[in-house]
Amino acid sequence: MRDMLILTCPYCGIRCDETELAPGGEAHLKRFGPGSSDEEFEAYLFMRANPKGVHFERWRHAYGCGKWFHAARNTVTLEVYGTYSAQVHEPPQEIRDAISTRVPGWRWKGES
Amino acid sequence: MGHYSALAVAREALRDHRGWQRAWKSPEPRRRYDVVIVGAGGHGLATAYHLGKNHGITNVAILEKGWLGGGNTGRNTTIIRSNYLQDASAAIYEKARALYETLSQDLNYNVMFSPRGVMMLAQTEHEVRGYRRTAHANALQGVETEFIEPKRVKELCPIIEVRGPRYPVLGALWQPRGGTARHDAVAWGYARRCSEMGMDIIQKCEVTGIRTSGGEVKGVVTTRGDIDCGKLGIVVAGHSGHLAEMAGFRLPVESVALQALVSEPVKPCMDVVVMANTVHGYMSQSDKGEMVIGGGADGFINYTQRGSFSHIEETVRALVETFPMISRLKMLRHWGGIVDMTGDRSPILSRTPVGNLFINCGWGTGGFKAIPGSGWGFAELMAKGESPLCAECGLDRFREGRFIDESVAAGVAH
Repeated sequence: MRDMLILTCPYCGIRCDETELAPGGEAHLKRFGPGSSDEEFEAYLFMRANPKGVHFERWRHAYGCGKWFHAARNTVTLEVYGTYSAQVHEPPQEIRDAISTRVPGWRWKGES
Repeated sequence: MGHYSALAVAREALRDHRGWQRAWKSPEPRRRYDVVIVGAGGHGLATAYHLGKNHGITNVAILEKGWLGGGNTGRNTTIIRSNYLQDASAAIYEKARALYETLSQDLNYNVMFSPRGVMMLAQTEHEVRGYRRTAHANALQGVETEFIEPKRVKELCPIIEVRGPRYPVLGALWQPRGGTARHDAVAWGYARRCSEMGMDIIQKCEVTGIRTSGGEVKGVVTTRGDIDCGKLGIVVAGHSGHLAEMAGFRLPVESVALQALVSEPVKPCMDVVVMANTVHGYMSQSDKGEMVIGGGADGFINYTQRGSFSHIEETVRALVETFPMISRLKMLRHWGGIVDMTGDRSPILSRTPVGNLFINCGWGTGGFKAIPGSGWGFAELMAKGESPLCAECGLDRFREGRFIDESVAAGVAH
Protein backbone atom coordinates (compact mmCIF):
# COMPACT_ATOMS: atom_id res chain seq x y z
CA MET A 1 0.00 0.00 0.00
CA ARG A 2 1.35 3.43 -0.89
CA ASP A 3 1.05 6.58 1.19
CA MET A 4 -1.57 9.19 0.41
CA LEU A 5 -0.34 11.82 -2.02
CA ILE A 6 -0.21 15.13 -0.14
CA LEU A 7 0.22 18.53 -1.82
CA THR A 8 0.28 21.96 -0.21
CA CYS A 9 -2.00 24.41 -1.98
CA PRO A 10 0.13 27.50 -2.75
CA TYR A 11 -2.91 29.77 -2.51
CA CYS A 12 -4.60 28.83 0.75
CA GLY A 13 -1.60 27.06 2.30
CA ILE A 14 -3.52 23.95 3.28
CA ARG A 15 -1.84 20.55 3.12
CA CYS A 16 -4.39 18.53 1.20
CA ASP A 17 -4.48 14.85 0.37
CA GLU A 18 -5.39 13.46 -3.04
CA THR A 19 -9.07 13.01 -2.23
CA GLU A 20 -9.37 16.78 -1.84
CA LEU A 21 -7.72 17.50 -5.19
CA ALA A 22 -8.61 17.11 -8.84
CA PRO A 23 -5.69 16.20 -11.14
CA GLY A 24 -5.38 18.29 -14.30
CA GLY A 25 -2.64 16.61 -16.33
CA GLU A 26 0.69 17.79 -17.69
CA ALA A 27 1.64 21.40 -16.98
CA HIS A 28 3.27 24.06 -19.16
CA LEU A 29 1.85 22.79 -22.45
CA LYS A 30 1.99 25.34 -25.21
CA ARG A 31 -1.49 25.98 -26.49
CA PHE A 32 -2.20 25.64 -30.23
CA GLY A 33 -5.43 26.43 -31.97
CA PRO A 34 -6.73 27.63 -35.35
CA GLY A 35 -3.92 28.27 -37.82
CA SER A 36 -1.54 25.76 -36.28
CA SER A 37 -0.26 22.72 -38.11
CA ASP A 38 -1.89 19.31 -37.58
CA GLU A 39 1.25 18.13 -35.77
CA GLU A 40 1.24 21.06 -33.35
CA PHE A 41 -2.45 20.65 -32.60
CA GLU A 42 -2.06 16.88 -32.10
CA ALA A 43 0.90 17.45 -29.79
CA TYR A 44 -1.03 20.00 -27.74
CA LEU A 45 -4.16 17.85 -27.43
CA PHE A 46 -2.77 14.34 -27.09
CA MET A 47 1.01 13.90 -26.88
CA ARG A 48 2.21 13.74 -23.29
CA ALA A 49 5.61 13.53 -21.60
CA ASN A 50 4.57 10.64 -19.31
CA PRO A 51 8.07 10.36 -17.73
CA LYS A 52 9.28 7.87 -15.18
CA GLY A 53 10.62 10.50 -12.79
CA VAL A 54 10.24 14.27 -12.50
CA HIS A 55 6.90 15.54 -13.76
CA PHE A 56 5.20 18.94 -13.74
CA GLU A 57 1.46 18.90 -13.54
CA ARG A 58 -1.68 20.92 -12.90
CA TRP A 59 -3.94 20.31 -9.93
CA ARG A 60 -7.07 21.98 -8.60
CA HIS A 61 -7.85 22.31 -4.93
CA ALA A 62 -11.36 21.07 -5.73
CA TYR A 63 -12.72 20.55 -2.22
CA GLY A 64 -10.97 23.61 -0.83
CA CYS A 65 -10.28 27.04 -2.25
CA GLY A 66 -11.05 25.81 -5.77
CA LYS A 67 -7.88 27.31 -7.27
CA TRP A 68 -5.70 25.72 -9.96
CA PHE A 69 -2.01 25.39 -9.14
CA HIS A 70 1.14 23.62 -10.34
CA ALA A 71 3.04 20.78 -8.68
CA ALA A 72 6.45 19.20 -9.34
CA ARG A 73 6.36 15.54 -8.43
CA ASN A 74 8.20 12.27 -9.00
CA THR A 75 6.01 9.68 -10.73
CA VAL A 76 8.07 6.73 -9.46
CA THR A 77 8.73 7.63 -5.81
CA LEU A 78 5.72 9.97 -5.45
CA GLU A 79 8.05 12.50 -3.81
CA VAL A 80 6.73 16.05 -4.08
CA TYR A 81 9.35 18.73 -4.87
CA GLY A 82 7.00 21.64 -4.39
CA THR A 83 3.88 23.43 -5.54
CA TYR A 84 3.66 26.86 -7.17
CA SER A 85 1.40 29.38 -8.79
CA ALA A 86 -0.66 28.54 -11.86
CA GLN A 87 0.21 31.97 -13.29
CA VAL A 88 3.62 30.97 -14.69
CA HIS A 89 4.71 29.31 -17.93
CA GLU A 90 7.61 27.38 -16.44
CA PRO A 91 8.67 26.23 -12.97
CA PRO A 92 10.26 28.93 -10.77
CA GLN A 93 13.95 28.74 -9.88
CA GLU A 94 13.42 27.50 -6.31
CA ILE A 95 11.42 24.51 -7.57
CA ARG A 96 14.13 23.70 -10.11
CA ASP A 97 16.76 23.98 -7.36
CA ALA A 98 14.73 21.68 -5.10
CA ILE A 99 14.59 19.08 -7.86
CA SER A 100 18.28 19.41 -8.74
CA THR A 101 19.35 18.71 -5.15
CA ARG A 102 17.23 15.55 -5.08
CA VAL A 103 17.80 14.35 -8.64
CA PRO A 104 21.43 14.95 -9.65
CA GLY A 105 21.83 15.74 -13.31
CA TRP A 106 18.22 16.78 -13.80
CA ARG A 107 17.67 19.74 -16.16
CA TRP A 108 14.57 21.74 -17.09
CA LYS A 109 13.96 21.22 -20.82
CA GLY A 110 16.02 23.58 -22.91
CA GLU A 111 18.42 24.36 -20.07
CA SER A 112 22.06 23.47 -20.67
CA MET B 1 7.57 -30.88 -23.31
CA GLY B 2 4.85 -33.46 -23.34
CA HIS B 3 1.16 -33.18 -24.11
CA TYR B 4 -1.14 -32.40 -21.19
CA SER B 5 -4.07 -34.82 -21.02
CA ALA B 6 -6.09 -36.96 -18.63
CA LEU B 7 -3.86 -39.87 -19.69
CA ALA B 8 -0.72 -37.88 -18.76
CA VAL B 9 -2.17 -37.09 -15.33
CA ALA B 10 -2.94 -40.79 -14.77
CA ARG B 11 0.53 -41.83 -15.98
CA GLU B 12 2.27 -39.33 -13.71
CA ALA B 13 0.09 -40.33 -10.77
CA LEU B 14 1.55 -43.84 -11.07
CA ARG B 15 5.15 -42.59 -10.92
CA ASP B 16 4.98 -39.93 -8.19
CA HIS B 17 4.67 -37.08 -10.71
CA ARG B 18 8.37 -37.27 -11.54
CA GLY B 19 7.85 -37.01 -15.29
CA TRP B 20 6.55 -33.46 -15.51
CA GLN B 21 8.89 -31.09 -17.32
CA ARG B 22 9.36 -27.35 -17.16
CA ALA B 23 6.59 -25.65 -19.14
CA TRP B 24 9.05 -23.35 -20.94
CA LYS B 25 12.83 -23.10 -21.30
CA SER B 26 15.02 -20.34 -19.91
CA PRO B 27 17.67 -19.88 -22.60
CA GLU B 28 20.55 -17.41 -22.81
CA PRO B 29 19.82 -14.65 -25.33
CA ARG B 30 21.33 -15.11 -28.78
CA ARG B 31 22.97 -12.29 -30.76
CA ARG B 32 20.19 -11.90 -33.29
CA TYR B 33 16.53 -12.73 -33.89
CA ASP B 34 14.20 -12.02 -36.79
CA VAL B 35 11.68 -10.55 -34.36
CA VAL B 36 12.17 -9.28 -30.81
CA ILE B 37 9.12 -8.61 -28.65
CA VAL B 38 9.64 -6.46 -25.56
CA GLY B 39 7.29 -7.52 -22.78
CA ALA B 40 6.33 -11.09 -21.82
CA GLY B 41 2.87 -10.29 -20.61
CA GLY B 42 -0.29 -11.65 -22.17
CA HIS B 43 -0.22 -9.35 -25.21
CA GLY B 44 3.47 -9.89 -25.96
CA LEU B 45 3.26 -13.66 -25.62
CA ALA B 46 0.05 -13.84 -27.67
CA THR B 47 1.77 -11.78 -30.38
CA ALA B 48 4.71 -14.19 -30.44
CA TYR B 49 2.37 -17.19 -30.46
CA HIS B 50 0.43 -15.90 -33.48
CA LEU B 51 3.64 -14.89 -35.29
CA GLY B 52 4.60 -18.55 -35.11
CA LYS B 53 1.20 -20.15 -35.57
CA ASN B 54 -0.32 -17.86 -38.24
CA HIS B 55 2.76 -16.58 -40.04
CA GLY B 56 5.47 -19.21 -39.56
CA ILE B 57 7.89 -16.79 -37.88
CA THR B 58 9.57 -18.64 -35.01
CA ASN B 59 13.02 -17.02 -34.79
CA VAL B 60 11.60 -14.82 -32.05
CA ALA B 61 12.76 -13.62 -28.63
CA ILE B 62 10.41 -12.28 -25.98
CA LEU B 63 12.26 -10.07 -23.47
CA GLU B 64 10.86 -9.44 -20.00
CA LYS B 65 12.41 -7.12 -17.41
CA GLY B 66 10.71 -8.89 -14.51
CA TRP B 67 9.06 -12.26 -14.59
CA LEU B 68 6.61 -13.70 -17.06
CA GLY B 69 3.10 -12.31 -16.64
CA GLY B 70 4.15 -10.32 -13.56
CA GLY B 71 2.77 -7.00 -14.75
CA ASN B 72 -0.82 -6.20 -15.63
CA THR B 73 -1.45 -9.78 -16.81
CA GLY B 74 -1.37 -10.86 -13.18
CA ARG B 75 -3.04 -7.73 -11.79
CA ASN B 76 -6.37 -7.48 -13.59
CA THR B 77 -9.82 -8.67 -12.56
CA THR B 78 -9.87 -11.37 -15.32
CA ILE B 79 -13.07 -10.16 -16.99
CA ILE B 80 -13.70 -11.02 -20.65
CA ARG B 81 -16.39 -9.21 -22.65
CA SER B 82 -16.81 -7.60 -26.06
CA ASN B 83 -19.95 -5.44 -25.70
CA TYR B 84 -18.40 -2.29 -27.14
CA LEU B 85 -20.15 0.43 -29.10
CA GLN B 86 -17.69 1.25 -31.88
CA ASP B 87 -17.16 -1.21 -34.73
CA ALA B 88 -13.37 -1.12 -34.52
CA SER B 89 -13.38 -2.05 -30.83
CA ALA B 90 -16.13 -4.65 -31.12
CA ALA B 91 -14.16 -6.36 -33.91
CA ILE B 92 -10.95 -6.82 -31.93
CA TYR B 93 -12.60 -7.57 -28.57
CA GLU B 94 -15.04 -10.06 -30.13
CA LYS B 95 -12.17 -11.74 -31.98
CA ALA B 96 -10.43 -12.06 -28.61
CA ARG B 97 -13.53 -13.38 -26.83
CA ALA B 98 -14.11 -15.92 -29.58
CA LEU B 99 -10.48 -17.10 -29.38
CA TYR B 100 -10.81 -17.41 -25.57
CA GLU B 101 -13.60 -19.97 -26.11
CA THR B 102 -11.15 -22.52 -27.50
CA LEU B 103 -7.91 -21.19 -26.03
CA SER B 104 -7.46 -24.07 -23.60
CA GLN B 105 -7.62 -26.55 -26.49
CA ASP B 106 -5.44 -24.44 -28.80
CA LEU B 107 -2.74 -24.04 -26.16
CA ASN B 108 -3.20 -27.46 -24.54
CA TYR B 109 -3.24 -25.54 -21.29
CA ASN B 110 -6.29 -25.02 -19.11
CA VAL B 111 -6.94 -21.27 -18.92
CA MET B 112 -10.19 -21.97 -17.06
CA PHE B 113 -12.29 -19.81 -19.39
CA SER B 114 -15.66 -19.51 -17.73
CA PRO B 115 -18.35 -17.94 -19.97
CA ARG B 116 -20.57 -17.18 -16.99
CA GLY B 117 -22.04 -14.01 -18.45
CA VAL B 118 -21.24 -10.32 -17.95
CA MET B 119 -23.86 -7.82 -16.88
CA MET B 120 -23.40 -4.04 -17.11
CA LEU B 121 -25.96 -2.37 -14.89
CA ALA B 122 -27.95 0.63 -16.09
CA GLN B 123 -28.55 2.81 -13.02
CA THR B 124 -29.58 6.07 -14.68
CA GLU B 125 -31.95 6.84 -17.54
CA HIS B 126 -28.94 7.87 -19.63
CA GLU B 127 -27.36 4.50 -19.13
CA VAL B 128 -30.59 2.74 -20.13
CA ARG B 129 -30.59 4.64 -23.41
CA GLY B 130 -26.86 4.13 -23.88
CA TYR B 131 -26.98 0.38 -23.33
CA ARG B 132 -30.03 -0.07 -25.54
CA ARG B 133 -28.04 1.67 -28.25
CA THR B 134 -25.02 -0.58 -27.57
CA ALA B 135 -27.24 -3.67 -27.78
CA HIS B 136 -28.45 -2.53 -31.22
CA ALA B 137 -24.88 -1.80 -32.33
CA ASN B 138 -23.77 -5.23 -31.07
CA ALA B 139 -26.57 -6.91 -33.05
CA LEU B 140 -25.19 -5.29 -36.21
CA GLN B 141 -21.64 -6.27 -35.28
CA GLY B 142 -22.57 -9.89 -34.64
CA VAL B 143 -21.83 -9.65 -30.91
CA GLU B 144 -24.43 -11.47 -28.84
CA THR B 145 -25.81 -9.07 -26.22
CA GLU B 146 -29.28 -8.02 -25.07
CA PHE B 147 -30.83 -5.38 -22.86
CA ILE B 148 -32.56 -7.02 -19.90
CA GLU B 149 -35.09 -5.69 -17.40
CA PRO B 150 -34.53 -5.41 -13.60
CA LYS B 151 -36.54 -8.59 -12.92
CA ARG B 152 -34.13 -10.62 -15.06
CA VAL B 153 -31.15 -8.89 -13.40
CA LYS B 154 -32.42 -10.06 -10.02
CA GLU B 155 -32.92 -13.61 -11.34
CA LEU B 156 -29.41 -13.79 -12.75
CA CYS B 157 -27.78 -12.23 -9.69
CA PRO B 158 -29.95 -12.44 -6.55
CA ILE B 159 -27.48 -10.57 -4.31
CA ILE B 160 -28.09 -7.30 -6.21
CA GLU B 161 -30.39 -4.78 -4.54
CA VAL B 162 -32.30 -3.53 -7.58
CA ARG B 163 -34.42 -0.98 -5.70
CA GLY B 164 -31.57 0.98 -4.14
CA PRO B 165 -32.68 4.48 -3.12
CA ARG B 166 -29.95 6.38 -4.91
CA TYR B 167 -29.02 4.17 -7.85
CA PRO B 168 -31.87 1.75 -8.58
CA VAL B 169 -31.13 -0.88 -11.21
CA LEU B 170 -33.18 0.07 -14.28
CA GLY B 171 -31.91 -2.74 -16.49
CA ALA B 172 -28.64 -4.12 -17.79
CA LEU B 173 -26.66 -4.92 -20.89
CA TRP B 174 -26.21 -8.69 -20.73
CA GLN B 175 -23.53 -10.60 -22.62
CA PRO B 176 -24.12 -14.29 -21.87
CA ARG B 177 -20.86 -15.45 -23.52
CA GLY B 178 -18.67 -13.03 -21.59
CA GLY B 179 -17.00 -14.23 -18.41
CA THR B 180 -13.63 -14.76 -16.79
CA ALA B 181 -10.46 -16.80 -17.25
CA ARG B 182 -7.45 -17.53 -15.08
CA HIS B 183 -5.06 -14.73 -16.00
CA ASP B 184 -1.77 -16.40 -14.98
CA ALA B 185 -2.68 -19.50 -16.99
CA VAL B 186 -3.18 -17.39 -20.10
CA ALA B 187 0.41 -16.13 -19.88
CA TRP B 188 1.77 -19.56 -18.94
CA GLY B 189 -0.14 -21.35 -21.71
CA TYR B 190 1.12 -18.95 -24.38
CA ALA B 191 4.66 -19.14 -22.99
CA ARG B 192 4.66 -22.92 -23.12
CA ARG B 193 3.48 -22.97 -26.75
CA CYS B 194 5.99 -20.25 -27.78
CA SER B 195 8.80 -22.21 -26.15
CA GLU B 196 7.66 -25.37 -27.95
CA MET B 197 7.84 -23.53 -31.27
CA GLY B 198 11.49 -22.72 -30.53
CA MET B 199 11.08 -19.13 -29.38
CA ASP B 200 13.28 -17.76 -26.58
CA ILE B 201 11.54 -16.30 -23.55
CA ILE B 202 14.18 -14.31 -21.66
CA GLN B 203 13.17 -13.12 -18.22
CA LYS B 204 15.02 -10.61 -16.00
CA CYS B 205 16.22 -8.93 -19.17
CA GLU B 206 15.45 -5.21 -19.16
CA VAL B 207 15.68 -3.17 -22.33
CA THR B 208 17.73 -0.06 -21.61
CA GLY B 209 18.12 1.30 -25.12
CA ILE B 210 16.88 0.94 -28.69
CA ARG B 211 19.44 1.06 -31.52
CA THR B 212 18.38 2.64 -34.79
CA SER B 213 20.21 3.48 -37.99
CA GLY B 214 18.89 5.38 -41.00
CA GLY B 215 15.44 5.64 -39.41
CA GLU B 216 15.16 1.86 -38.94
CA VAL B 217 15.42 -0.22 -35.83
CA LYS B 218 18.52 -2.43 -35.62
CA GLY B 219 18.34 -3.91 -32.16
CA VAL B 220 18.03 -3.38 -28.45
CA VAL B 221 20.47 -2.80 -25.60
CA THR B 222 19.56 -4.93 -22.59
CA THR B 223 20.85 -5.77 -19.15
CA ARG B 224 21.91 -9.09 -20.67
CA GLY B 225 23.77 -7.69 -23.66
CA ASP B 226 22.96 -6.29 -27.09
CA ILE B 227 20.47 -8.14 -29.25
CA ASP B 228 20.00 -7.43 -32.97
CA CYS B 229 16.62 -7.81 -34.62
CA GLY B 230 14.89 -7.51 -37.95
CA LYS B 231 11.66 -6.25 -36.43
CA LEU B 232 10.89 -4.99 -32.95
CA GLY B 233 7.53 -5.04 -31.21
CA ILE B 234 7.01 -3.00 -28.04
CA VAL B 235 4.25 -4.48 -25.89
CA VAL B 236 4.87 -3.00 -22.45
CA ALA B 237 1.57 -1.37 -21.37
CA GLY B 238 2.28 1.30 -18.75
CA HIS B 239 5.94 1.59 -19.70
CA SER B 240 5.27 2.31 -23.39
CA GLY B 241 6.13 6.00 -23.05
CA HIS B 242 9.49 5.10 -21.54
CA LEU B 243 10.41 2.80 -24.45
CA ALA B 244 9.08 5.22 -27.06
CA GLU B 245 11.38 7.84 -25.57
CA MET B 246 14.34 5.45 -26.09
CA ALA B 247 13.35 5.13 -29.75
CA GLY B 248 12.90 8.91 -30.07
CA PHE B 249 9.17 9.44 -30.46
CA ARG B 250 6.27 10.48 -28.24
CA LEU B 251 2.98 8.74 -27.62
CA PRO B 252 -0.51 10.04 -26.84
CA VAL B 253 -0.40 8.01 -23.64
CA GLU B 254 -0.41 8.66 -19.90
CA SER B 255 0.40 5.93 -17.36
CA VAL B 256 -1.79 5.74 -14.28
CA ALA B 257 -2.47 3.20 -11.57
CA LEU B 258 -5.58 1.02 -11.77
CA GLN B 259 -6.48 -0.76 -8.55
CA ALA B 260 -8.35 -3.86 -7.54
CA LEU B 261 -8.97 -5.78 -4.34
CA VAL B 262 -10.24 -9.17 -3.23
CA SER B 263 -12.21 -10.16 -0.16
CA GLU B 264 -11.93 -13.14 2.10
CA PRO B 265 -13.39 -16.26 0.44
CA VAL B 266 -17.08 -16.87 0.98
CA LYS B 267 -19.53 -19.52 -0.20
CA PRO B 268 -20.71 -19.25 -3.82
CA CYS B 269 -23.08 -16.28 -4.03
CA MET B 270 -22.80 -14.87 -7.54
CA ASP B 271 -22.13 -16.74 -10.78
CA VAL B 272 -22.02 -13.78 -13.17
CA VAL B 273 -19.75 -10.77 -13.57
CA VAL B 274 -21.44 -7.46 -12.68
CA MET B 275 -20.19 -4.03 -13.68
CA ALA B 276 -21.74 -0.83 -12.36
CA ASN B 277 -20.38 2.03 -14.42
CA THR B 278 -22.37 4.91 -12.92
CA VAL B 279 -20.81 4.37 -9.51
CA HIS B 280 -17.77 2.76 -11.12
CA GLY B 281 -17.08 -0.58 -9.56
CA TYR B 282 -17.29 -4.14 -10.75
CA MET B 283 -17.36 -7.48 -9.04
CA SER B 284 -17.23 -11.21 -9.63
CA GLN B 285 -16.55 -14.24 -7.49
CA SER B 286 -13.40 -16.26 -8.06
CA ASP B 287 -13.30 -20.05 -8.03
CA LYS B 288 -11.72 -19.80 -4.58
CA GLY B 289 -14.73 -17.84 -3.34
CA GLU B 290 -13.10 -14.43 -3.06
CA MET B 291 -15.11 -11.46 -4.25
CA VAL B 292 -12.89 -9.79 -6.88
CA ILE B 293 -13.57 -6.07 -6.93
CA GLY B 294 -12.24 -3.53 -9.40
CA GLY B 295 -12.53 0.21 -9.33
CA GLY B 296 -11.49 3.25 -11.31
CA ALA B 297 -8.10 4.52 -12.36
CA ASP B 298 -6.21 7.38 -10.74
CA GLY B 299 -6.19 10.62 -12.68
CA PHE B 300 -2.48 11.35 -12.26
CA ILE B 301 0.68 9.76 -13.62
CA ASN B 302 1.98 7.11 -11.27
CA TYR B 303 4.42 4.24 -11.80
CA THR B 304 4.08 2.62 -8.35
CA GLN B 305 2.32 -0.72 -8.67
CA ARG B 306 0.58 -0.32 -5.34
CA GLY B 307 -2.88 0.38 -4.06
CA SER B 308 -3.96 3.44 -2.10
CA PHE B 309 -6.24 3.72 0.91
CA SER B 310 -8.55 6.24 -0.67
CA HIS B 311 -9.41 3.79 -3.45
CA ILE B 312 -10.62 1.09 -1.10
CA GLU B 313 -13.16 3.47 0.32
CA GLU B 314 -14.12 4.90 -3.04
CA THR B 315 -14.64 1.51 -4.70
CA VAL B 316 -16.37 -0.28 -1.85
CA ARG B 317 -18.60 2.74 -1.22
CA ALA B 318 -19.63 2.62 -4.88
CA LEU B 319 -20.68 -1.02 -4.68
CA VAL B 320 -22.11 -1.39 -1.21
CA GLU B 321 -25.52 0.05 -2.02
CA THR B 322 -25.95 -2.32 -4.96
CA PHE B 323 -24.43 -5.29 -3.10
CA PRO B 324 -25.39 -4.78 0.57
CA MET B 325 -23.82 -8.11 1.55
CA ILE B 326 -20.27 -6.88 0.92
CA SER B 327 -20.51 -4.37 3.77
CA ARG B 328 -19.46 -7.08 6.25
CA LEU B 329 -16.72 -8.66 4.11
CA LYS B 330 -13.08 -8.34 5.09
CA MET B 331 -10.74 -7.40 2.28
CA LEU B 332 -7.67 -9.59 1.90
CA ARG B 333 -5.46 -8.10 -0.78
CA HIS B 334 -5.28 -4.88 -2.71
CA TRP B 335 -2.94 -3.94 -5.54
CA GLY B 336 -2.32 -1.64 -8.47
CA GLY B 337 -1.24 -2.08 -12.07
CA ILE B 338 0.14 0.62 -14.34
CA VAL B 339 -2.14 1.11 -17.30
CA ASP B 340 -1.54 3.20 -20.40
CA MET B 341 -4.43 5.52 -21.16
CA THR B 342 -4.81 7.07 -24.61
CA GLY B 343 -6.74 10.20 -25.51
CA ASP B 344 -9.73 8.24 -26.86
CA ARG B 345 -9.40 5.31 -24.41
CA SER B 346 -8.84 2.87 -27.28
CA PRO B 347 -5.68 0.87 -28.02
CA ILE B 348 -2.81 1.62 -30.35
CA LEU B 349 -1.58 -1.21 -32.58
CA SER B 350 0.58 0.59 -35.04
CA ARG B 351 3.70 1.19 -37.03
CA THR B 352 5.82 3.97 -35.57
CA PRO B 353 7.99 6.77 -36.99
CA VAL B 354 10.90 4.27 -36.73
CA GLY B 355 11.05 1.67 -39.51
CA ASN B 356 10.36 -1.97 -38.54
CA LEU B 357 9.41 -0.86 -35.03
CA PHE B 358 5.82 -1.60 -34.06
CA ILE B 359 3.93 -0.73 -30.90
CA ASN B 360 0.99 -2.37 -29.16
CA CYS B 361 -0.20 -0.26 -26.23
CA GLY B 362 -2.97 1.95 -24.93
CA TRP B 363 -5.21 -0.88 -23.73
CA GLY B 364 -5.76 1.17 -20.62
CA THR B 365 -8.09 -0.52 -18.20
CA GLY B 366 -9.30 -3.16 -20.68
CA GLY B 367 -6.30 -5.23 -21.69
CA PHE B 368 -6.80 -8.73 -20.35
CA LYS B 369 -10.00 -9.43 -22.26
CA ALA B 370 -8.29 -8.47 -25.52
CA ILE B 371 -5.16 -10.61 -25.28
CA PRO B 372 -5.86 -13.26 -27.97
CA GLY B 373 -7.33 -10.74 -30.46
CA SER B 374 -4.55 -8.26 -29.82
CA GLY B 375 -1.92 -10.95 -30.40
CA TRP B 376 -3.68 -12.10 -33.57
CA GLY B 377 -3.90 -8.59 -35.07
CA PHE B 378 -0.50 -7.34 -33.92
CA ALA B 379 1.26 -10.46 -35.22
CA GLU B 380 -0.36 -9.89 -38.62
CA LEU B 381 0.67 -6.23 -38.54
CA MET B 382 4.27 -7.17 -37.71
CA ALA B 383 4.45 -9.99 -40.27
CA LYS B 384 2.70 -8.32 -43.20
CA GLY B 385 2.89 -4.60 -42.44
CA GLU B 386 -0.88 -4.30 -42.21
CA SER B 387 -3.80 -5.98 -40.52
CA PRO B 388 -7.53 -5.45 -41.13
CA LEU B 389 -8.24 -6.20 -37.47
CA CYS B 390 -6.21 -3.25 -36.22
CA ALA B 391 -6.40 -0.99 -39.28
CA GLU B 392 -8.22 1.73 -37.34
CA CYS B 393 -5.96 1.52 -34.27
CA GLY B 394 -3.03 3.39 -35.82
CA LEU B 395 -1.08 6.18 -34.14
CA ASP B 396 -2.01 8.60 -36.94
CA ARG B 397 -5.67 8.62 -35.88
CA PHE B 398 -4.91 11.27 -33.26
CA ARG B 399 -3.51 13.66 -35.87
CA GLU B 400 -6.28 12.89 -38.32
CA GLY B 401 -9.13 13.03 -35.82
CA ARG B 402 -10.37 9.47 -36.50
CA PHE B 403 -10.92 8.49 -32.87
CA ILE B 404 -12.37 5.20 -31.68
CA ASP B 405 -14.21 7.05 -29.00
CA GLU B 406 -15.12 4.47 -26.39
CA SER B 407 -14.58 6.90 -23.51
CA VAL B 408 -17.63 8.81 -24.62
CA ALA B 409 -19.52 5.60 -25.38
CA ALA B 410 -18.90 4.10 -21.95
CA GLY B 411 -18.97 7.33 -20.01
CA VAL B 412 -16.05 6.04 -17.95
CA ALA B 413 -12.67 4.50 -18.49
CA HIS B 414 -13.26 0.88 -19.34
